Amino acid sequence: MLPEIGLFCLILGFLMAVLQSVLPVLGLRYRQVAWIDSARPLALGQSFFSILAVLILVLSFLENDFSVQYAARHSNAALPLLYKLSAWWGGHEGSLLLWIFILNIWTVSVVLCSKHLPMAFLARVLVILGVISAGFYGFLLVTSNPFLRFLPLYPLDGQDLNPLLQDFGLIVHPPLLYIGYVGFAVPFAFALSALTLSDPAIPWAKWMRPWVLVSFAFLTLGIVLGSWWAYYELGWGGWWFWDPVENASFIPWLLGIALIHLLMTTDKRQSLQALTLLLALLVFIFSLIGAFLVRSGILTSVHAFASDPSRGIFLLKGLLVVVSAGLLVYGLFAKKLNVASIVEPWSRELLILISVLFLMVGAFSIFLGTLFPLIYELFTQQKISVGFPYFNAVFVPLMLPVLVLMPVGPLVKWGRNAFKEILKKMGALGIVSLFLAALLPWFLEKIFLWPVILGLSVGFWILLVTLKTGYQKVRAKGSLFALSKGAVGMLLAHAGIGVLVIGVTVVSYFEIERDVVMGVGQSISLKQEKIVFKALKKIEGPNYIGYQGHFTLSHSQHQTKDLYPEKRIFIMPGTRLTETAIDPGFWQDTYIALGEPLKNNQWTVRLYHKPFVRWIWLGALMVAMGALIAAIGRRHRA
Amino acid sequence: MAKNTKNRDHQAKKSMKINTIHRRRLYFLSLFGLAIVIASFLVMRALDKNINLYYTPTELAKQVISNKARIRVGGIVQQGSVVRTERLEVFFTITDLDHHIQVKYTGILPDLFKEGQGVIAGGYLREDALQADEVLAKHDENYQPPKGSRHAS
Repeated sequence: MLPEIGLFCLILGFLMAVLQSVLPVLGLRYRQVAWIDSARPLALGQSFFSILAVLILVLSFLENDFSVQYAARHSNAALPLLYKLSAWWGGHEGSLLLWIFILNIWTVSVVLCSKHLPMAFLARVLVILGVISAGFYGFLLVTSNPFLRFLPLYPLDGQDLNPLLQDFGLIVHPPLLYIGYVGFAVPFAFALSALTLSDPAIPWAKWMRPWVLVSFAFLTLGIVLGSWWAYYELGWGGWWFWDPVENASFIPWLLGIALIHLLMTTDKRQSLQALTLLLALLVFIFSLIGAFLVRSGILTSVHAFASDPSRGIFLLKGLLVVVSAGLLVYGLFAKKLNVASIVEPWSRELLILISVLFLMVGAFSIFLGTLFPLIYELFTQQKISVGFPYFNAVFVPLMLPVLVLMPVGPLVKWGRNAFKEILKKMGALGIVSLFLAALLPWFLEKIFLWPVILGLSVGFWILLVTLKTGYQKVRAKGSLFALSKGAVGMLLAHAGIGVLVIGVTVVSYFEIERDVVMGVGQSISLKQEKIVFKALKKIEGPNYIGYQGHFTLSHSQHQTKDLYPEKRIFIMPGTRLTETAIDPGFWQDTYIALGEPLKNNQWTVRLYHKPFVRWIWLGALMVAMGALIAAIGRRHRA
Repeated sequence: MAKNTKNRDHQAKKSMKINTIHRRRLYFLSLFGLAIVIASFLVMRALDKNINLYYTPTELAKQVISNKARIRVGGIVQQGSVVRTERLEVFFTITDLDHHIQVKYTGILPDLFKEGQGVIAGGYLREDALQADEVLAKHDENYQPPKGSRHAS
């Protein structure tokens, strides 16, 4: 009975979302205040029903109701409770429901934090959010009903959740990523409202900013967790693969950075409004394109999600509607908001503009590389794939100017040409960074490589200049706590990028990856460490069996560390899973993964030495924290 | 008269402002154009080097392919074809049921690699066998083995 109520909730939610997207429009047209005002209660009601549907789906997982097809495919009576609670978004139908759920949480947040917004603006925002919501409800109801039953015969036990997803990283990775992706619907709605209202007096950039910052922060966290998960759970040991699914999240991330900085320009200088609005539309459009590419299965990726052509077509139609409607409105109204303004040479807004252009071109180059196999096949009938060296060769050079300008931006004044003075003051730091970057790898590793020097000097440059900026700001204000939250957020995020660049450079050029054959009792040295394969035993878990190796790492005679990598075989589907064992550290990770058993009690083993790898995630976390801190800054609340 | 001069002054100022705007706009457009040109150059060069052509064993059997081109071959791992040596070398056969190709790989295979399942192997042709430097098996949502069609990956 409950699953049917769940479906009913979805239908009610869909109907209310349709009303939410139609009634206020009619109200605005025919000047019916009550119709306009209905946007708020409709949005809240619609959200209520989606939350109810989620609760019912969770309940059918908790109660092992395997008559629900979706639960039978993604859960199992033996599944630990924590995973049951999170298994509901482990498949296609559930993750779509999660999408709607999160969109509605954003909608409710907009309604609750909207006291300062004029009703004409808010009603438009809620209409657009309602349209998006209705679209996804429709998609869910037509192609992917999560409450479908196996009747009258249903399985006694489920097939279990994909073992790869039975992991803490994966419990939180999709929701965080979705909060980010879906959150960009809010600036999208704000931009369309600002465009259709075409009132230059509306401080829409101020209103939009916290929403962009929070979405961006969550998107960053989601990407970081995905990268971390791929590193330790998949047993690949890499942190980024330029996989289409990763690219789908990276493009909105880059555009999000561009948008955050353009919003400041628009807020402070009233310039570049049209570009800012375009970016606000593009960030969400690319989030949707990402969802389409991932969900439709038209791109081959190591992450395969549901690849059902009917779902793909539905998504494509929705995507076309959103893109064409968004861009049409933009084309019709953008002129009215485009205040002719002079961007002074070498002012802060110019540095931002240059960086934004490079970020956009960079995002587009990734998009092109991701889609190129499709384009190529369309014209030549030949299937191809684009290797990851493409992305490094194109993207990295495009980001260099952005990274070099980044720390300088905050020192340059708005609307004034002061770049040369700044350059004089900061030139010394540039030379110091270059010097450090050339000397450190030489002293530590006796290595002199141009890409390393370039990467490290950019990283040091960002860190040093940002530190100096912070120091100057603190001195001017008297104390660290007197700084505005926006300034603290900016410093933290910029420094985070510096940390990330250093981490990426070091791990890319100094990592050691060795696949070896080892038997119990054998030892191998990796870098300065001696790794001994001590023992191997059989293990048994709640829903798997497998082997656990016991390795010891000894850095010197006195210090040893035990690591226990595992190979698990999940009983239900019979899939194998590698549980890596990592000796983590601020400066380096040592990473052991069991490969396959060979004859004579020998195993293939992966041994990795990953220096500075944690700096990548640390840097990205600093960026996310910086964005969150800036978001709660009072200055930007209207 | 005075009013007239003032007006003219104002107009001159205005036209100057518009001129500056136009000039600045030109700068930005040329800057943007430059970025696009640099980007397209990088893209072209990188695409030229980093495209992996994808074949099924049947397509491989039908045409001659240079052993200098990096290719990817997709299909099913033939039952009973996987042979491991004492070292890290693995030999297996990829088939699409019509034709097949022998693959040699040195290293650790992904967890989802299994006889009878879909894989993609990337590398270079050496004497009718594929010397692979990467082997991919698919992580499927419902993680049933992907079908061995052209689209398997």
